[in-house]
Amino acid sequence: MNEVANKGKFVGKAIERVEDPQLLTGQAIFTADMPTREGTLHAAILRSPHAHAEIVAIDTSAALRQPGVVAVLTGREIKEESDPFLIVLRKPMDQWSLAIDRVRFVGESVALVVATDRYLAEDALEHIKVEYKPLPAAVFPQDAAKEGAPLVHPDCGTNVVSERHFSYGDPDKAFAEADKIVELTVDYPRNSQTPMEGYVVVAEYRHDEKTYDVQSNFQGPFTVHPVMSKALRVKGTQLRMRSPAYMGGGFGIKQAIFPYVVLMCIASKRVGRPVRWIEDRLEHLTAAIAAPNRVIRGQAAVKNDGTILGFRFEQLDDYGAYLRPPMPGPLYRQHGIMTGAYGVKNIAITNRLVVTNKTPSGMVRGFGGPQMYYGIERLIQRVAVELGMDHLELIKKNLVPAGSFPYRAPAGALLDSGDYQAAVAIAEKDGRLAELRARRDKARAEGRLYGIGFAAIVEPAQSNMGYLSTINPVDERKKSGPKGGNVAYCTINIDPLGNVSVTADSLPQGQGHATVLSQIIADQLGVRPQDIVANMERDTQRDPWSIAQGNYSSRFSSATTSSAFFAACRLREKLLKIAAHLLKVPEDTLELAEGKVFQKDNPQVGIRLSRVAGTAHWSPSELPPGMAPGLSETGAWSPPELEPPNDADQINTSLTYSFVFDFCGVEVDRDTGRIRIDRYVTMHDSGKLLNPLLAKGQVYGAFAWGLGAALFEEFVYKEDGSFLSGTFADYLCPTAPEVPEPQILHFESPSPFTPLGAKGIAESNCMSTPVCIANAIADATGLKDLRLPLTPSKLAGLLQGDEPAPPKKAEAPAAANIADRSVQGRGSAFVPAPPRAVWQALIDPEMLKRVVPGCHSVALVGPNTYDASITLGVGVVKGRFKAKVSLSNLQAPKSAIIQGALDGPLGSSEGVGNISLAAVDGGTQVNYEYGFDISGKVAAIGGRMLDGATRVLMKQFFERLGSTMEAPAPEPSSSTPAPKAKTSWWKVILKLLGLAK
Amino acid sequence: MKPHKFDYVRPTRLEEALDILSSRKDDVRIIAGGLSLVAMMNFRLVEPAVLMDIVHIESLGYIKAGEQAIEVGAITQQARLLAWDRLPALSPLLAKGMPHIGHFQTRSRGTVGGSIAHSDPSSELPLCLAVLDGSVTLASTRGTRNVKAEDFQVGLMTTDKQADEMVTAVHFPVARPGTGYAFDEVTMRHGDLAICAIAVAATKDRIRMGVGGVADKPTVREWPALSGKDLDEALNEFAWDLHGMDDVHATAQYRRQLVRKLGRKVILEAQQCCK
Repeated sequence: MNEVANKGKFVGKAIERVEDPQLLTGQAIFTADMPTREGTLHAAILRSPHAHAEIVAIDTSAALRQPGVVAVLTGREIKEESDPFLIVLRKPMDQWSLAIDRVRFVGESVALVVATDRYLAEDALEHIKVEYKPLPAAVFPQDAAKEGAPLVHPDCGTNVVSERHFSYGDPDKAFAEADKIVELTVDYPRNSQTPMEGYVVVAEYRHDEKTYDVQSNFQGPFTVHPVMSKALRVKGTQLRMRSPAYMGGGFGIKQAIFPYVVLMCIASKRVGRPVRWIEDRLEHLTAAIAAPNRVIRGQAAVKNDGTILGFRFEQLDDYGAYLRPPMPGPLYRQHGIMTGAYGVKNIAITNRLVVTNKTPSGMVRGFGGPQMYYGIERLIQRVAVELGMDHLELIKKNLVPAGSFPYRAPAGALLDSGDYQAAVAIAEKDGRLAELRARRDKARAEGRLYGIGFAAIVEPAQSNMGYLSTINPVDERKKSGPKGGNVAYCTINIDPLGNVSVTADSLPQGQGHATVLSQIIADQLGVRPQDIVANMERDTQRDPWSIAQGNYSSRFSSATTSSAFFAACRLREKLLKIAAHLLKVPEDTLELAEGKVFQKDNPQVGIRLSRVAGTAHWSPSELPPGMAPGLSETGAWSPPELEPPNDADQINTSLTYSFVFDFCGVEVDRDTGRIRIDRYVTMHDSGKLLNPLLAKGQVYGAFAWGLGAALFEEFVYKEDGSFLSGTFADYLCPTAPEVPEPQILHFESPSPFTPLGAKGIAESNCMSTPVCIANAIADATGLKDLRLPLTPSKLAGLLQGDEPAPPKKAEAPAAANIADRSVQGRGSAFVPAPPRAVWQALIDPEMLKRVVPGCHSVALVGPNTYDASITLGVGVVKGRFKAKVSLSNLQAPKSAIIQGALDGPLGSSEGVGNISLAAVDGGTQVNYEYGFDISGKVAAIGGRMLDGATRVLMKQFFERLGSTMEAPAPEPSSSTPAPKAKTSWWKVILKLLGLAK
Repeated sequence: MKPHKFDYVRPTRLEEALDILSSRKDDVRIIAGGLSLVAMMNFRLVEPAVLMDIVHIESLGYIKAGEQAIEVGAITQQARLLAWDRLPALSPLLAKGMPHIGHFQTRSRGTVGGSIAHSDPSSELPLCLAVLDGSVTLASTRGTRNVKAEDFQVGLMTTDKQADEMVTAVHFPVARPGTGYAFDEVTMRHGDLAICAIAVAATKDRIRMGVGGVADKPTVREWPALSGKDLDEALNEFAWDLHGMDDVHATAQYRRQLVRKLGRKVILEAQQCCK
């Protein structure tokens, strides 16, 4: 690529990471560690407990009176200070940094408290009164896409906010000529990659400069910088974004920090002081971002010999409540490569994009690949099953042929290089596939469930910045101008003593970018990698600005490294020219190594690098005529292959395409549904490996996550939109004992489109592993419809069928008003008082107030309707709630229906109970059943406790009711009753409604 | 995820701790490791006025092998009990069950008394205590009393402990000759709370089986030495009686299946051990 380039001794070597000493000794400084200006305030966010509700009123007056509180912001202030965020579609679906008039997902930001510390800010959150009017929620994509579904953005008139049809080649002909059409619909779940460090924003509005100065762990892409500055109604230059050298993981998610950047900017402007916000884990899991869940209906047109003539894919991608830029990236980033690793010529694609009442979707490592390949590779496995072919033989028959690279895939991807057949052959041999097949045969002969799964995928890297415009039809694209390319920057400086430093646009989060840049530069400048200082901080006011900069789409190993290489080559050339001039020898006789420039044939003739550098800095007049002074070079690079989409909607969505081929053996325990990965082999052709050690790290990380997605990870939502995965006890990431060591193999086909031949590797197994494991389980069990994560419970349910019936007669089904509730229960109790007395207790608020433990007040607000303030508790857990309860269908003294709702800092609940009283010997038999739905914090963190807690409270209630009836004398109202104290209907009523925690 | 304001006290003598409990009663929460409590405080599910840290009361950190039972002081770390060289001989059930408690890191901080007092329905120690028919010592300024396991835990994180009392010791009956013990559980990941945990003590005539993680507290059944279809029926009845529920990780049906299938396996293992 460059005639002066040195072939190098560091690139390609497994040198240790220069970042590690800092990281491993705790010296690395993360955003939350950074010093802040004196007077910096702390923010905490009040979040919606409802999936969908109108905000009727917000009262912040009590919160403003709390100690340490400086300001409370709501949607009203946000509307005064900002505009809604831009989105890729022209649709009326505005998003702001705080909800305005309506909340659309559990966890949506509703109000912001700014206080002198985070504890006080959180205390004050509990004093903000928000009146919601809950609305029906659109939760699952298939339902949300239907006519008549609740509308997330009513002004759009539909939840399917984009639909596009694409056709490449002649898919209709392919399907007409097929011997067989194989079809499979998959439903890929919602998951994420949970970085250790959450979002951190420190924002300061500088009134003197009218500039927002923001330190945050934003990872790019800077496509959202204009989104933020436009929302804040300032020029881009008035929003200074600074990112630190170290981030505690990102995986794409740190892109979606931008609504919080805008929120804290506004807060800082309002309070006139810097404002700092650190996201906590509950906030992160609930409201940060998720990869979109996707439903894919796939069809393959196949010949009986296994030749795949064509594909049809209908994708329904779920973006949650808002389309946050750069969404819907996951649907379009892979568009050009929708035929995967296969040389299939004909493909039809329908992309539908649906919004639902869930956390917005965003960038997550893999970025659409895990979903897409789950659709493609599960379908391929089904083709093998339905044709009775060996799965691997089918794959091999259809892979893009060797020798056809660069290969233009029908939807536009230009596969740069590879020899897929050779890579598969090496994997079969070195990965000992034959031995694995023998293990399967043996296990099956013993009656065990054992399967082998395969996955062959193409991993794109360095996105075409124009791919998202494919969502718009050709004529619309023409109006807004063509988009493409992917500009990368790297700047190298040499100081007067010959020391080398580098800055680059890659915003690393632990990948080791500084190490690789040092290797590339060291090779060209003849110094040691460890002597190069890489400062990976980024500052939009100071550094070269590119719309593409950031850490995403495995961009570093092809993009930033190329700009570093070109900058280093230019500096090398300059150093050689200066040295030749000083030594008065021809430039091409010189070599640059070990801090010296010397003659190749006569090393005695030479000059130290520091002398050459010193000349450039101190003595510009001594430089060769016409040479620019100084020793600083910025490489700017954008590959010409990244063209805008053409009129046929073909788009080369990425610059490089790695090949990944995985297989694994998996055993499933019939009794428990437990899964054991026997062996996992993963083959990577990622072009030239710049540092095999880092490549290994990326594969380990991607594999561990892929395994998590296959077996553990899912953000679970209930039908009503309540969110159930708010802690790491609910959202399960694999830990060391769960992750077997994969066998990693490499095959190198250098990319012809990058100067170093490198491609991406970081997202590889995120895409291949989930489906490879699923395919193995399909092979083991014969099951077709497998929805991730494949938990033991799920698999056991699929494998075991009906269970033995209960020994006694089945209980009557729940009443209609109970049946669809999330938590249900029933019971009966004996109370030693006649039904009339029990009934009186039920309807007399004064009695209730006296006897309800933890009841602070009861007010009759209408016929048989009460408002109450109460503290509910089970064990150590206690929560304060406002209750609204009403009784209906009163059949004194026999039965009633109790309806009600609870609201408090721990969440919201709404439920119903049916109660009947019957006179029995010596008292009353009370039968009850209840059902309730719950949303907010308790649902997100305490799901497994809810049922048990309700039962505890019911039991306590009836014991206490009994003793109340026996001893009618009123006791003083008290929130701390003595043990075995009396209790009341209130407790039961409230319990019926749910809040057990 | 920041807790409410609270006072922190750290008595070093039992009497001091009991005085604090006696005077502040419901205001006080005892912390004895904090593995569950601190997370709950950060979520503001628990809001104590006073947090009393008892792990510096050194007199409560001990393991005593008695003739009838192993007495374990409340603040004894789980790791210490598990590492105790006499444990496998004196209590094979604990030796088999305790490795399932969290991770070695959490066992180094988690205490035996803390786990028993917290009474999580999925915890291993309360399950073992119930199957072994052990007991808990509670102390207050009013005196000391011993409560049998089945009377101690009354429901989900709810015990017979009164507000002015604290757990000072836990008594695990020692293994009896002719009795076999076995333990197994299914979790999503290593160290997670059990979806279903099974502990069994079996002799040639009797089966005593406890289930954790399904009902709102560890639940124990005892049968004569059933086998074949009789055992299946007994297990099926037990499985339904526990009224397990669906949660994000497992269905109620799966829990019942584990009571049947894992239950049978663990019973067989215990019976093998008693031979």
